[in-house]
Amino acid sequence: MEKEFNTFKNVIRLPHKYAAGPTYTKFYNGLKESKILGTRCPSCAVTFVPARSFCPKCMKNLDTWVEVAQEGEVQTWTYAGKDFFGIPGKAPVVIVLVKLDGTEGSFLHLIGGINLESADTVKKALRKGTRVKAVWNEEKKGHMLDIKYFAPLSKKR
Amino acid sequence: MADRVGIVEVAMTPGAESKDNFLDQVFRTSKELLDKAGISRDEVGTVVSASSDVFHGGVSCASSYYWDAGAAFLKNASRQDGESLFAFIYAVMRILSGNYSTAMVLGVCKGSENPANDMLTHFFTDPFYQRQIGLNETVAAALQKREYMTKYRITEEQCAAVVVKNLGNALKNPYAHVKKRVSVEDVLASEMVMEPLRKMECAPKSEGMIAMLLAREDVAVKLTDKPVWFKGYGSSMDHFYLGDRDLLNGQLGTAAAKAYEMAGITNPKKEIHVAEICEPYSFQELLWCEDLGFCDRGKGGKLIESGATGPGGKIPVNPSGGVLAHNPYVTRGLYRLAEGFLQVRGQAGERQLGRKVTTALAHGTHGFAGQCHAVVIIGK
Ligand SMILES: [Zn+2]
Repeated sequence: MEKEFNTFKNVIRLPHKYAAGPTYTKFYNGLKESKILGTRCPSCAVTFVPARSFCPKCMKNLDTWVEVAQEGEVQTWTYAGKDFFGIPGKAPVVIVLVKLDGTEGSFLHLIGGINLESADTVKKALRKGTRVKAVWNEEKKGHMLDIKYFAPLSKKR
Repeated sequence: MADRVGIVEVAMTPGAESKDNFLDQVFRTSKELLDKAGISRDEVGTVVSASSDVFHGGVSCASSYYWDAGAAFLKNASRQDGESLFAFIYAVMRILSGNYSTAMVLGVCKGSENPANDMLTHFFTDPFYQRQIGLNETVAAALQKREYMTKYRITEEQCAAVVVKNLGNALKNPYAHVKKRVSVEDVLASEMVMEPLRKMECAPKSEGMIAMLLAREDVAVKLTDKPVWFKGYGSSMDHFYLGDRDLLNGQLGTAAAKAYEMAGITNPKKEIHVAEICEPYSFQELLWCEDLGFCDRGKGGKLIESGATGPGGKIPVNPSGGVLAHNPYVTRGLYRLAEGFLQVRGQAGERQLGRKVTTALAHGTHGFAGQCHAVVIIGK
């Protein structure tokens, strides 16, 4: 539809670079070695994943490093059947919050290794409490997606 | 409080794309406000605005751009970027400081100009972690919705009923953007965006310029015979990372408790006559109703089924149509407050509630899955 008045189009491109700092650097170097690293607060004993440099509750510096479990339980998930801006890779994807064993919060990542054809096929393999395990990419880039996804563990375990 | 602060007047634009330029809209809204209140620009003590620069506005340091149009040049004026009700409370505080007898709150948003909201909310994330996983506001809401449905057996039909009610209410609201009579089936048949969220369960992208004049009690009663008084306020922030939070027990309860205490409200179900709630996603209205104390935890679905939150119900929620009907992203909290103001005044036109309205609640939320909440209570 033609508009009565003109519009001006403008694409704003802003190339930022973000300092990872020592804590994220160590965490991402850990991913390169197929390790998920966290930091533990000496006051409240909470283990943060990804590793964090401070505890927001206790206002403490965190420098106690722990390698955390690569297995955990699904808390909640969403299924995208179509690409969207910022999507990691290509649709379909399942974005999930996983509570890794031995940690308090949950970890935002992807689900794979199951039939992603539709939300219904995903529902057959996934529910709250489903046990999942990290599956790693062969090639590591020091990026969150060095973990390819979390895949449900086979039932017999 | 030593002095009372009253809302004297409100001016605002409708949500659909207008032919006007951004500055024209800011100017006309500001002028309409001053004309309605019968004061000149010189008589405005201070201006506090709500806007978002680069991302929603496409102009960096946006406030420097619109001060002229917003009656604010040569004044002590400032801008906040976040929940727009913060701009309201900052203006109230400026009056309570004793330095100003009047303050103008100005919220600017021309949603028709910005790209899809989720292209922008994707950049609300941190670049190291959540952004790499593709998080945006709708992904976060979808994660929250599934958790809500799973834990409390909230049904898809109950969530869809919010859309039916709000888009229906909006039919009577000349400022609303999306208004239509729809059925639960229509909502459930709409395209799945981020399962379990469907397109009609997600708020649109709207325009919304709004200006509000506040005044100290002695000045307010001279400017209008129908001032609506500020009674209470509370806000609270949750953790940033989704994984650190209980998505079903966020900070709205804390914010509401503070606002109720300040306003002297002990039984919100009875004492709040109308609530305007910020529900960018269908199910959030149900969850936020629980947090506000309108029903017990987990009973938000039953609440809407009972009809209590309809325009003729015991606790009408979003007679304006809410955010599902009109989503000027960075001013949506102020629009909730404006509707509460009109309802208390008895000037809400066709959508004026049949019941007595002396106390109204306005709620705003910003950030993912309700990271930040603000609650304002106003009344006669
Ligand atoms: Zn701690």
